[in-house]
Amino acid sequence: MKEFKFDTLVIGGGSAGMAAALEVSKRGFSVAVAERENSMGGILNQCIHNGFGLHHFKEELSGPAYAEKFIDMVETSNIEVFIDMTVMDIEEAGDLKYVYGLSRITGMIKFSVKTVVFANGCRERNRGSIGTPGTRPSGVFTAGLAQRLVNMEGYIPGKECVIVGSGDIGLIMARRMTWIGAEVKAVIEIQPYPAGLTRNIVQCLNDFDIPLYLSHVVGDIHGKDRVESIDVIPMENGIQQKDKSFNIKCDSLLLAVGLVPDNELAQKIGISISPETNGPIVDRQLMTAKNGIFACGNVLHVHDLVDFVTEESERCGNYVADYLDKKTPSDQFRTLPGKNVKYIVPNFYSPSEENKFYLRTMIVKNRAELIASVNGKEIFNKVLKHIQPSEMISFDIPKDSVHISDCTENTLEVRIV
Amino acid sequence: MKKDMICISCPLGCRISAEWENENEITVTGNKCPRGIVYGREEILSPKRVVTATININSSWISRIPVMTTGTIPKGQIDSLLNKIYRMDLDIPILRDDIIIKNIDNTGIDLIATRSVKT
Repeated sequence: MKEFKFDTLVIGGGSAGMAAALEVSKRGFSVAVAERENSMGGILNQCIHNGFGLHHFKEELSGPAYAEKFIDMVETSNIEVFIDMTVMDIEEAGDLKYVYGLSRITGMIKFSVKTVVFANGCRERNRGSIGTPGTRPSGVFTAGLAQRLVNMEGYIPGKECVIVGSGDIGLIMARRMTWIGAEVKAVIEIQPYPAGLTRNIVQCLNDFDIPLYLSHVVGDIHGKDRVESIDVIPMENGIQQKDKSFNIKCDSLLLAVGLVPDNELAQKIGISISPETNGPIVDRQLMTAKNGIFACGNVLHVHDLVDFVTEESERCGNYVADYLDKKTPSDQFRTLPGKNVKYIVPNFYSPSEENKFYLRTMIVKNRAELIASVNGKEIFNKVLKHIQPSEMISFDIPKDSVHISDCTENTLEVRIV
Repeated sequence: MKKDMICISCPLGCRISAEWENENEITVTGNKCPRGIVYGREEILSPKRVVTATININSSWISRIPVMTTGTIPKGQIDSLLNKIYRMDLDIPILRDDIIIKNIDNTGIDLIATRSVKT
């Protein structure tokens, strides 16, 4: 078995992995990236629509173009990229970590590293996750898989399809399926309001007169070898109105029903996972409960904009370099999601530093107020024009805003009212 | 005449309304930036959209190359553009931003590759 030594191994060569690796490399440390696919770029490679990079590059790019700007930077850096490589296991050995990667090009490789960055993204929730009843014919796809088949492999997954879920992935796929010549019969959404951006409702559904059924669920899938039709049931006050169900003929069902961070390997090595984000619990430096193991991007929490993934991962790369430089982090205390807040990342903050947070709310509201308090005392507030669960909120609390006291827990609680 | 719409120029999605007596004088209100005025007028006169798609490419490692229009084109021309795109076969090498179709139907807009496929 071949053996390599690096300061850092980054797992995943998508937007998070590339941004983190570049920052570690810029600070003079040796970095390797292990990428499972045959090229870097991750999920961006199949997101061929425009709208990426408005924050980071101040221009509107397609997903592959956004990725390629980073790939170009990685290729001119000293970063070593191992493509077609899947990381199988991590062992801790004192201050070192042994990471085992498997590739059909190089066989098994043992990386001996000081730090590891999890940047391996998320997975799609599927039919099992939402418990859709019915037969099990072919023609049921997750939306991301269908997107990959259409945009990268050049296959058409179906000619008459129904999409479940009105998040941006579902909406973008409705337009894509229409543009490749399929008929999109309906988009079904369990919530009473659409989950995606309004602009996507306009340009992906209204432009093609695709009906959006809010407060509806799929009650049954019919068909033996191939999907033949589905039953759709309206919801009233959270209860399925089975007597009002109706049938839609279709040959395929695309499920855009959410994403979950892919933490199989992290859990296997005993990293504790947050029940709110499904990602690892991390400190202010985005380091997991295991020394020298960090996480950033969609594996930490699912983002809705790649620009935020880049920001978080660049920061993570610098924290990794700080760790390698043996900088002692300042004292840290817990953060806690308060009223109307689903989660807040990171799970710790440091009163003597500037702290950057990402959070997701549970409510839809115009002109909401975000309030942070420590030991019951308000230390920060921000007015937000419009909030909804599908749009992540970011904010910074300036350094020295908190006067901590020795005798209490100094937990930072963030609520939205 | 009056039409309420949602501006799609950026993710903010302003609720705007366009009012007009004749098509030369369209007043747009509710927009938070100048792009809203342009969008509101165009939506009345000739709605336009950015088109993204993929084209077959003879590469050793990938089947399709992503492409995008450099700006918006009239909605009525989208289907003919897509039909043209789906009949094309491209050869390597193609670099990101290479022009695939120049001046689509005299719109002044080009179709460009948004990814490099060199091998």
